[in-house]
Amino acid sequence: MKINYKKMEKTIFELSGEGKKGINLPSPEFEKMAIPEDLLRKEIEDFPSLSQTEVVRHFTRLSSLNHSIDHGFYPLGSCTMKHNPKLNETLASLKGFTSVHPNLPENLVQGCLELIYLLEDALKKLTEMDRVTLLPAAGAHGELTGMMMIRKAHQVKGNPRKIVLIPDSAHGTNPASSVFAGYQTKEIKSNEKGMIDLSLLEKEVNEDVAALMLTNPNTLGIFETNIKEISEILHKKGAYLYLDGANFNAFVGQFSPKRMGVDVMHLNLHKTFSTPHGGGGPGSGPVAVVKEFEGFLPVPVVEKNESGYYLNYDLPNSIGKIRSFYGQFSVLVRAYSYILQLGIEGFKEVSNISVLLANYIRRSLEGTYRLKYDAPTMHEVVFDDSFQEKKGVKNIDIAKRLLDFGVHPPTVSFPLIVHGALMIEPTETEPKEEIDHFIFAMKKIAEEIEQDPEFVKGAPYTTPVLRLDEVKAARQPKLRWKK
Amino acid sequence: MKNPFICLSRKDIEEILSFLKIEKIEDLFKHIPESLKISENLVLEGLSEQDTYKKIEEISQKNKIPESSRTFLGGGAYNHYIPSIIDHIVERSEFLTSYTPYQPEVSQGTLQAIFEFQTLLCQLTGMEISNASLYDGATSLVEAVFLGTRIYPERKVIWVSETLNPEYREVLKTYIQNFDYKLVVVPKTEEGTFDLKWIEKNISKDVLCFCFGYPNYFGIIEPVKEAVKILEKEKIITISCTSEMLSLGILKTPGELGVEIACGEGQSLGIPLSFGGPYLGILSTKEAHLRRMPGRIVGETEDREGKRGYVLTISTREQHIRREKATSNICTNQSLCALRACIYMALLGKEGYRELAQINAKRAYGLYQRIEKFSVFKKPFFNEFVVKIKNPEKLQEKGFYFGPPLEKDYPDLKDCYLIATTELNSKDSILEFAKAMEEL
Amino acid sequence: MTHHTIFFTKTHEWILPSEGKVGISNYAQGRLGDIVYIELTAQGKEVKKGDVIAVIESVKTTSDIYAPCDGKVLELNQEVTSNPGLINQDPEGAGWIIKIEVKEPFSSEGLMSKEEYETYIKTLSE
Repeated sequence: MKINYKKMEKTIFELSGEGKKGINLPSPEFEKMAIPEDLLRKEIEDFPSLSQTEVVRHFTRLSSLNHSIDHGFYPLGSCTMKHNPKLNETLASLKGFTSVHPNLPENLVQGCLELIYLLEDALKKLTEMDRVTLLPAAGAHGELTGMMMIRKAHQVKGNPRKIVLIPDSAHGTNPASSVFAGYQTKEIKSNEKGMIDLSLLEKEVNEDVAALMLTNPNTLGIFETNIKEISEILHKKGAYLYLDGANFNAFVGQFSPKRMGVDVMHLNLHKTFSTPHGGGGPGSGPVAVVKEFEGFLPVPVVEKNESGYYLNYDLPNSIGKIRSFYGQFSVLVRAYSYILQLGIEGFKEVSNISVLLANYIRRSLEGTYRLKYDAPTMHEVVFDDSFQEKKGVKNIDIAKRLLDFGVHPPTVSFPLIVHGALMIEPTETEPKEEIDHFIFAMKKIAEEIEQDPEFVKGAPYTTPVLRLDEVKAARQPKLRWKK
Repeated sequence: MKNPFICLSRKDIEEILSFLKIEKIEDLFKHIPESLKISENLVLEGLSEQDTYKKIEEISQKNKIPESSRTFLGGGAYNHYIPSIIDHIVERSEFLTSYTPYQPEVSQGTLQAIFEFQTLLCQLTGMEISNASLYDGATSLVEAVFLGTRIYPERKVIWVSETLNPEYREVLKTYIQNFDYKLVVVPKTEEGTFDLKWIEKNISKDVLCFCFGYPNYFGIIEPVKEAVKILEKEKIITISCTSEMLSLGILKTPGELGVEIACGEGQSLGIPLSFGGPYLGILSTKEAHLRRMPGRIVGETEDREGKRGYVLTISTREQHIRREKATSNICTNQSLCALRACIYMALLGKEGYRELAQINAKRAYGLYQRIEKFSVFKKPFFNEFVVKIKNPEKLQEKGFYFGPPLEKDYPDLKDCYLIATTELNSKDSILEFAKAMEEL
Repeated sequence: MTHHTIFFTKTHEWILPSEGKVGISNYAQGRLGDIVYIELTAQGKEVKKGDVIAVIESVKTTSDIYAPCDGKVLELNQEVTSNPGLINQDPEGAGWIIKIEVKEPFSSEGLMSKEEYETYIKTLSE
């Protein structure tokens, strides 16, 4: 067995040694605690003891094992891995924001409230919707908030209704969020163009249907050009249109959700608005609504009167509180900084260039990889592995081989309606050179598959660890370090 | 280009357009109906980098932040010192600008850090498994309750202690409003703890779970062991919720007290106050509930050559696979906040964590002893307690901030306020604060 | 009358009526990939044809396993719960999943013989 010991990083538990410490603490200043002996624990068994030097080295070394957008291309479909401007970080770490305790009186936190107010205003402009809540902590949290509001709107009219319609191309959070809002879901089959079929939808919409959750462009990167008609079909039966804004990057600054007939939508600040993904969070998923839904927004909402900004909890029909405090505040600062830097002209370029680059990739790889749906491509393009599967190579193998080219692979296990999907979203912030390298890599891998499929199936060869055994991880779960 | 993050030159664009055989970029949008176009009158001005900086810095300066050592605010967010290395490490692009670790071969940094985080959390709570984190304390409570509903699908009554953070209770109420659960508030005693006698009198097989703060909203350490003993009779799930994670450095662990699910808020662990977010939801429990857990979980495995590595695992619980049958709609975790917590715990270490918890408890008690006559409850507490005073504005005039006020959520606690003391409250400030209260 | 022959469902379960054993077909285990976990229904439970009797997980999918006929659940195969890979290794033998008390007379209505099933799966893979 060849083991490359050099690259292995021990865990903090293995680096630990009694007597080492990472930081000097102040004196307690007082003698006693208000806690009797019988309520106290023994030592924290196996908790590590490390010096500060080791802690810094450990995490720095760990960081070097990650791919990141600052390092290079990261074309995960529907994830919008765009450049994260550094100014956003500088501003989010201003002491005037980071040290604000959320329970300070309103008159002392006018800056934070103003920022929330201004960001809401900017998002209202970009969506043309009437109100926005910035409370939700993530896209999925936004979906849940939005669906709860839809339920409330129906409830107020006397019947919460039962079913939420969801296209088969939708992200898994859509059905899960609907269920946690108390609904059953019903899947709508996409037509041969990869879009919603109006006549099929018309048949499905009745008085039991609360809403349709639609992603536009959908997860195939195809714009549902009939969206206005879709909303009319729904509205005619008293149902609502929910827009999953995961792919807002494709048309931001150019087209308007409001004019599409959308009633409720969420935005992902960590996608379209450039806030960093942080290895899986924190994100932020604001929800924008039309006037009819204003009264159902979660509390608090930020308002302004003659004496300044304030938190308004007085919304009798509100769905209630959906989290602690007032939102992912430092993420909001980053998004606002981004919006200010871009302005409307900058946003138009965002959608223009992201669509241009996706089409460039599509044109370059069409023929080498199969394109299941050939409708016009927006910000992302979905190929599949059916040409390569004939040689016994699957999308996941192609993904792993890409790692050897220094490229992060596209999304591979999604959308579910494309078997063997390779879902590529370049975003607007990639240089042509990097895209060309990706295209080269994809073509080269297709060649390799023709010549030596087994070689590709053994990839990756150059990463810190080689292909990991996910079956073992799931069969014998080892979810914490043990002595 | 107006947008400084776009990397295409004029030549690049021309080349791509001609490759695509189109004249202008707008042609790629021509299949979208004109009627959906956004208003041409939209005003959203783009600023230079320095003007953006200036504008937002000015906004930040409109916050009037009291001196840190004179801030005694608590109630679910705590003012702690953040060791300098944390910002330096989490600002590394490799952590900051990476995605959820879907491709483990190029995400070992994030994955191993989460694995370590999960381990540290288990050690702190005395539990067997932990997930990779959730949004915040309030939603972690919700997820803990939903976990419970999967253990007992037939039980419909949810008990929450009146002494649990009122905001968390509100959030739970929101989440269950569309289901047929009944939320029952377990009343508090005059001593500020949940009422054991009430529990004993009312337990039944219909009760799914009992949720309580540990320490509770008043900072008090609840009689958990006694409650568990009673609740065991009907096998009611006990859910402890800890908003001040530092307390678990010295308090008996939820695990050893017989608690089934330990959830909470990890903001104390190196995460800035930042006006309430992003914070860190925590959830740990017994191994038996693994497949009912919400959220991401990292597990250890091996690569093709037998080298240790980490992957996201037991994913079949999650929405991207199980869709409408998922254990939660949560898609991701608060990875960067979990990383902060991980570095924080590693740096403090076994002795330091305990020592810092003691510093908090000692300074809080030091203050308490000097203002005991204002204190409302006389029970053991960690670093937070309740006082009753008439003229809080007089203290604010001297630059002392505390709270939140309790009357809004507890009408019987008129003129009562929370006071939290941490390592950032210096001895001088504590003595001055006590003196100022004396003078009221 | 007892049936010593094996029958298959359209959802890829098999049943051997003479022993009451139920499992998943070789084709099904191949499609699922490495099975990592199996959750079984309760012993002693009365199930109806089409009820979920087990949930099988591979790394990236979960599948419900349905009862091929009515009956009482007599036995759960503990071997597959502790070693789910057994279903991959020997799906139509040692990797059986549960035993059902088959009601007599056994009705094979809606079920397929081995030959019929093999023809059926050919239509699926195309």
